[in-house]
This record gives sequence, structure tokens and C-alpha cells, in this order.
Amino acid sequence: MELTLWTYEGPPHVGAMRIASSMKDIHYVLHAPQGDTYADLLFTMIERRGQRPPVTYTTFQARDLGGDTAELVKKNIKEAVERFKPKTLLVGESCTAELIQDQPGALAKGMGFDMPIVNLELPAYSKKENWGASETFYQLTRTLLKEKVSYTEKISPLRWKELGRRPKVNIIGPSLLGFRCRDDVIEIQRILSEQGIDTNVVAPLGASPDDIERLIDAEINICLYPEIAEASCEWLKRNFGMEYTNSIPIGIKNTIEFINEVHKKLDLPLTNKKELENKSKLPWYSKSVDSNYLTGKRVFIFGDGTHAIAAAKIAKEELGFEVVGLGTYSREMARQVRATAKELNVEALITNNYLEVEDAMKKASPELVLGTQMERHSAKRLGIPCSVISTPMHVQDVPARYSPQMGWEGANVIFDDWVHPLMMGLEEHLIDMFKHDFEFVDGHQSHLGHTATNDKDTLYDDEKKEKDSKEGIIWTESGRAELIKVPFFVRGKVKTNTEKYAILRGIPEISDETLYDAKAYFS
Amino acid sequence: MSKVEFNKETGPREVFCGLTSIVWLHRRMPDAFFLVVGSRTCAHLIQSAAGVMIFAEPRFGTAILEEKDLAGLADAHEELDRVVNDLIARRPEIKTLFLVGSCPSEVIKLDLATVAEKLNKRFLGQVRFVNYSGSGIETTFTQGEDGALKALIPLMESSDEEKLLLVGTLANNVEDRFRKIFRNLGISNIESFPPRQSTELPKIGKNTKVLLTQPYLSDTVRDLKHRGCEIISAPFPLGIEGSTEWFLAAAKAFKISELKVHEIISPLINRAKLALESHKEILKGKRLFLLPESQLEISLARFLHNECEMDLIEVGTPYLNKDLMKEEINLLPNNTKIVEGQHVEKQLDRVRESNPDLVVCGMGLANPLEAEGISTKWSIEMVFSPIHGIDQAADLAGLFSKPLKRNQILTSKTLVTH
Repeated sequence: MELTLWTYEGPPHVGAMRIASSMKDIHYVLHAPQGDTYADLLFTMIERRGQRPPVTYTTFQARDLGGDTAELVKKNIKEAVERFKPKTLLVGESCTAELIQDQPGALAKGMGFDMPIVNLELPAYSKKENWGASETFYQLTRTLLKEKVSYTEKISPLRWKELGRRPKVNIIGPSLLGFRCRDDVIEIQRILSEQGIDTNVVAPLGASPDDIERLIDAEINICLYPEIAEASCEWLKRNFGMEYTNSIPIGIKNTIEFINEVHKKLDLPLTNKKELENKSKLPWYSKSVDSNYLTGKRVFIFGDGTHAIAAAKIAKEELGFEVVGLGTYSREMARQVRATAKELNVEALITNNYLEVEDAMKKASPELVLGTQMERHSAKRLGIPCSVISTPMHVQDVPARYSPQMGWEGANVIFDDWVHPLMMGLEEHLIDMFKHDFEFVDGHQSHLGHTATNDKDTLYDDEKKEKDSKEGIIWTESGRAELIKVPFFVRGKVKTNTEKYAILRGIPEISDETLYDAKAYFS
Repeated sequence: MSKVEFNKETGPREVFCGLTSIVWLHRRMPDAFFLVVGSRTCAHLIQSAAGVMIFAEPRFGTAILEEKDLAGLADAHEELDRVVNDLIARRPEIKTLFLVGSCPSEVIKLDLATVAEKLNKRFLGQVRFVNYSGSGIETTFTQGEDGALKALIPLMESSDEEKLLLVGTLANNVEDRFRKIFRNLGISNIESFPPRQSTELPKIGKNTKVLLTQPYLSDTVRDLKHRGCEIISAPFPLGIEGSTEWFLAAAKAFKISELKVHEIISPLINRAKLALESHKEILKGKRLFLLPESQLEISLARFLHNECEMDLIEVGTPYLNKDLMKEEINLLPNNTKIVEGQHVEKQLDRVRESNPDLVVCGMGLANPLEAEGISTKWSIEMVFSPIHGIDQAADLAGLFSKPLKRNQILTSKTLVTH
């Protein structure tokens, strides 16, 4: 039993719903009690979808349990098939139905329908949403393509040459309730098409069962969101020989690496290598003199594995930030996140507990947080600017405008989204310069009037009182006066460091000189 | 009773389960914690229904069952003990801990009553443990509050003191208004259930006169009757008419003259009518379809027809207690079609066929209907907004006129500039 106040991921059947809702001509009969219908609002509210998810819930009740719930399942399957006429039927159960073991998938298969039926067994007491999505897409792909395995030749990535046409690829993994998937797909298709590569199928987002059967018309698969796509890509590789990409095109370096990988796999000469460096404004914006102030900004990153890893790389290599924290809630991606964290000399935080994340955030005292909607709340409470880079998300993280994370435009969006919450370069110097003028309000944040500056100062006051009594360290008049001169956004860090130094040296009272001693010691 | 058409429907439903009521119950009692014993689905449901989380640490959570908990119930009980210990250590300010049963805990027959009993002994004088079920196999949405209140009744001491007991969660400001009005009427001993502090439970007995503020408390009412309380039969205090009848019924029970009631509430009624006018202008003649969810549907239908002159196409309700709703049903117009239960697909077919101007529905259905060109109002808003009483009648009407007004603005063909 695990005490959970909030969860980053839903149960696995919500993952299955993400696949079903992303696709066309699919229906999902879910053996589940009525409360489980809440999941519809994830799609209709967060994504503002104008259609209901294609899901029929059996909504069995306590009084049905004594009778024949299996009959209820069959009745719902029959009605759903008649009403929605799906080309493929998904059948599964949620946590409660798993306990009563009606085996709805087996029941559906015995009802004599012509359409393919995918029996989804998603263990609700050990697995979560992303796993459920991955498993569902894998089972669906397998069901629709398994008969073709025996009479299809292994697919060579060079097949396009023999066929005398442009190379074709599939884009695998984008789904509803994924982070900016809709726009990423457009961006990646645009990039591929510029390179002379055609998109064969995008799946699951917008695909029908017919499209899944056409997957093998492509030479390779683009595994765009490994959390959801990798299992299917691996199966397609094992059974049809289709190779798939490993690089995730988030950030300039990653996008270039991605383009290189695709070209290499397809044996397609890359003719515009030089041009690629200038496709996005990010490199120049980051190089421009105003961005000097970005150097060494402390950034804390938490999200799903793919986005967190990419964010760490961009932060460090493309924006010159210092990554002071990196973590993920996806246990499936823990290994990769740990490896990245090791390279960055930080300890990876792998947890599904948002309070642990908030604690780590507090300790790292970052100047910018990149996280999920929950880290946005935590950062707000701590008065730290934040940009959302990963699911789970809120309706405001589904913007009306085109705002991908991937490719060239994705890099532009990332530059804007991460840098705007911070203070602009020259402005920062001016504020620093004028902060002792009497007109100046302490904690002024230029265009960022909305951040919780006051809260932060209160927090700092509270902390100070607490610390003073706990550690027995006293801040003298001169020490306090000097501390207040430190810009408010690093004041917390300076204070902690000075106290750490004082304890280390056994100094009972902190004066202005102690502060400078500490500064020298830690620099 | 007016000639109301009663129908029952079964089939797939699209409603919240009783766990959802934790969202408002925990706010009502800031010294209580609601611990759901359930699955990741339960946790995800509550956080999704509660929308974006704005607090540092909520006073509700889920003890998520894992594979090993399902293997042996003995272990599950031990595990729950451990979780509760951790929780109390972390939140020492908690005075009452509700152990809330869920679909999976009911199916595996986890005996929360016994667990609560044991914990009560161990934490005697520190924390009280109460258990009820908010499971979706037994409860719909607001019925969760019914379960929570029913579970508190055994903890209420007996007293023969005459009092007015308002039963059902109200917004604090609305409750204050009601108390003031009752005091002006001459009723001085007024208490509320649930109280604002979980430890301050009202004492009840044969001179307790219960006035319901919410229509979804069937089980609570039954148990209050068993404790000797008198249940005042009245419509519910939604809108001017419902609230007036509600005050009159209470006054009658306390032998206060009708004249006195009118004297006190007339000015309120007059200004409420004035405030209602602009909304009525928009709502008048518009056709309304209510999908089942909160059990407030019948009272809302009565208000929107009688006071806002809307036409009722269909009034859905997840569950109908004809006895409790008697006074409300009497006030409904002839030929009102009430449908208890749901077959969501068939019901949506009827929505489309009847081409309503406004549909009251759950959050999962709202945008899909909007996309089809049908204006909607979320039913969950009724349980989160202060809508009770005469002073709130216009606000209540406003919840329904706003989507229509917005629709008018967005679909008007010409841009009129003055």
C-alpha cells in the first residue's frame, strides 16, 4: 500500500484510452464501474476535445456482482459494436473489474464478430498510464500485423532505392495527452519532407487500423516518444526487420543528431549539413550578448524521461545553464535519466511523490524550474520561475498557437518559454544597479510582477527565525545589512552557504565579513 | 402530486462516483482527513475532479492497493495500519480521519469498519476514525456526502434540547446568512451538520428538527429519524420559491407564524426578484435538458421552470427518493419527464433529437456537446458554488444564463458598436 496524495500518472487503462482516443475507427469497451468515466474529462477538458473518447464503460454496480456481470459485459460489447461500428475493438478492464475476473477480452472473442479484437490485460495494481499506453499500442500493432509476419520479407532500410521512390518512414508514439504531440508531428514531418523523406503513417495520433496495417510500407520507424512507441518499434524490428531511430529531436543538437541518424539508417546523403545550424533562432539568441546573463543559471528539471533528459542537454549545452537537479517519475526511464544525471554530476531523483520533488527543488535552490504542472505549483509556492516541459499537464499547457517542442520551431519555443520567466539581461543589471534607490521596491521583478516575490521574502524570514534558534547562529546588524544587499533571487542560497560556513568554522555570529569569507570559501 | 412522468433507465452511465464528494467535504471540515483505500484510479479521479492542485498538501489522499495487498487481506490490514501511522505522524493536526472505501476495497471485502474500530482504540483521545464507502459500485457523486454524514451519526451524542439542525454541506457564507435569518425569525438554537470542525458534532434527539439543505441525503435522513429527530418536510432552498417554502416549513415546525416569516423575508424576495430579472430575460422560453449526476436536478428544474420560465425537456437524476423529493415534485409543472438512472448513449440520442438550448451535464460530456452546437453547464459547479437561499437566486440563475449569453455573443452575425 502506498500513500498517494497526487499521482503523476493515471492507471494503465487511461493509457489505453489515450491510444483509443488518438485513433480513428477504434472502440474500447472497458469493464469498469461508473466512477471510472471521469477519465473522459481528461480528454474533453484538458485537451478540449470536441468528441467523447470512443469508450463504452460497462458501469457495473454492486447489485450486478451477485448476478452475471459477464452477461453485462457482452451486452455492452454488442451495443457498442452495433452503435459505433469500429474496425477494431479493444476490450479490457479497469482495476475493479480485474478483481472479478470476467475476462471480457475472451468473452468478446467468443461473440462471433468479424473485426479484429484486441484483448488488453493491463495489471492495474502494478503498472501505470504510460506503460498502459505502450502496451495497448503494442498489442494493437501485433494483432493487426501478426499474420503478415510469415509472408513479408524483412524490410531493408535501403528498400526505397530498389523501389525507385523517396524513402518512407513512420512516426510512432504521438498520442493525446502527450506533451505537444500534435505540433511535434507537424514539425518533424516538415523537417523530414525538407530532407526528401516522406511520412508513411503517423500513429497512434490520427491513425486508423488500416494505417496500422500499412506500417510495413515504410522503410524505418521514427520512435518519437519511446515511453509509448519503443515496445511497438522493437516488435516491428524483430518481426519485419524495420529499424527505428533512437535520437529524440528536442533541441538543436538533438535535432541535428536525429536528422543524421535518419539519413544514416536510410543511406541517404545529407547535403544541407551546414544549413541545419541556422534553421532555428535558438543558437543565435543564445549567443547574442543579452543572453550572457543566462550563464550558469541554476535549473531544476523533473518530468517524464524523454523530456527531462532532452531538457538537461539543452539547458547545459545550448543555453549554458547549470543543471542542479534532474529527475523523472517514469521508472521505465530511470536508467537513462540516471546516466544523464551522472554526466551532469547530480543525483537523479526517481520518484512518484511530488513532495519529494518539492523538497529536492527547495534544497537545490534553482533560479528556474522545468517540470510538470505539479512542479509549476511547487515552484510558485517557492517563488521560483517555472516552465512546463512534460506531462502531466493542465489545460493551459495545451496552447492554441503552434508550439512544438521538437525540431527547429520547437527549439525556438523552448528558448522563449524558458527564458521569458527569467529576468532579461540588461534589465537585470539595471535592477541591480538601482536597487538601493529609495524609489526601488525590494524584490522588483520587471515584467514578472506576478511571481511570488513577497512570499519568497516571507519564506526567507520564516526560515531565518527558525534557523536562528535551531542552529544557535546569530546574524549581526552588519551581517543582516550585507545580506539584504544581495539580490533577492540568490539571497536564500547566500544565506544558507554563509550559515554552513559559520557552522563549519564554529563562528557564532555572522557579520558582513563572515559573509564575504563564506563567499570566498565557496567560490 | 402533479402529473409527473416517471421513467427508469439502465445501461452505461456517465457519472462521478461518491469519492468526488471528498472535494467539498474536506473543505467544509478543515480538521479532517479523507483517506481513500483504493487504486491509482481513485487517486487519479479525485485529483482530476478537483482540477488543478493549488495547495501544498491536500487533506485527502489514497492508500493505493498493490499486488501484494490483494494476495492476503491480513497483510492489507497491516499495511493500512502502517499508512495511517505515517499519515498521523505527518499531520498531527488531524482530528478525524475518514477511511473511505472504494470499488476495489469493497470487492476484496476489506473490512474498514474493523480497521477503524481498532484504530479508534489505539488513537483514543487523539484522532477519531470513521469509515464509509464512496465506491462507484454503490454511490454516485453526491451520495458520497450521504455516506460520510451517516457514518458520523453514531458519534453524535443525544440531547433533548430543542434545536434546528441544518443538514447538508453549505458554503460558509450561505450558512451564515441562513443562521441570521433564522435568528431573526426567533429560532436561536441552530446547528449545522456537517459542522465546520469535525469534532464539534451537534447533539441530537427527539427535539431536534432537521431541515435538509441538500436533496441527496437519503441514508442520513433515515438514521437521523432512528435517533428520534423530526424531519421537516420541505422543498430545498434553491431559488426564491424553494427557499421561501423552506423557511416557512421550518417556521411552522417552531410554531412561528407565516406572517412573521413574510415580514422578514419579503425585502429579500423583492430584491432577489429584481436581480433575477436580467437572467430571466435570457432564460425565458429556452429549452432545458438535465443529465443525471448531482441529484440536484429536480430542484434545479423546478427553479429554472417556475422562476426563470425555462421549458423542461427531460430531468435526469441518478437516483430518486420519491419520499424525500415529494415537496419538490409537487412544485414541478405538469407532464415533467423525470428519468431515473441512465443509458448515456440513448440519453444523448434524445438530447440531439430534442435540440435543447441548454444541457446540464458532467465535465466529460460538456465539450463534445458544445462542439455539436449545444450550450452546456457543468453540473459539478452546483456543488462548488454558493447557490442556496434567496440572496443567491440570481447567482444560481446566472450559472445557466451565462453560457446562453456567451453563445449569443459569439454567434451574433454583426458587430454592433455603440
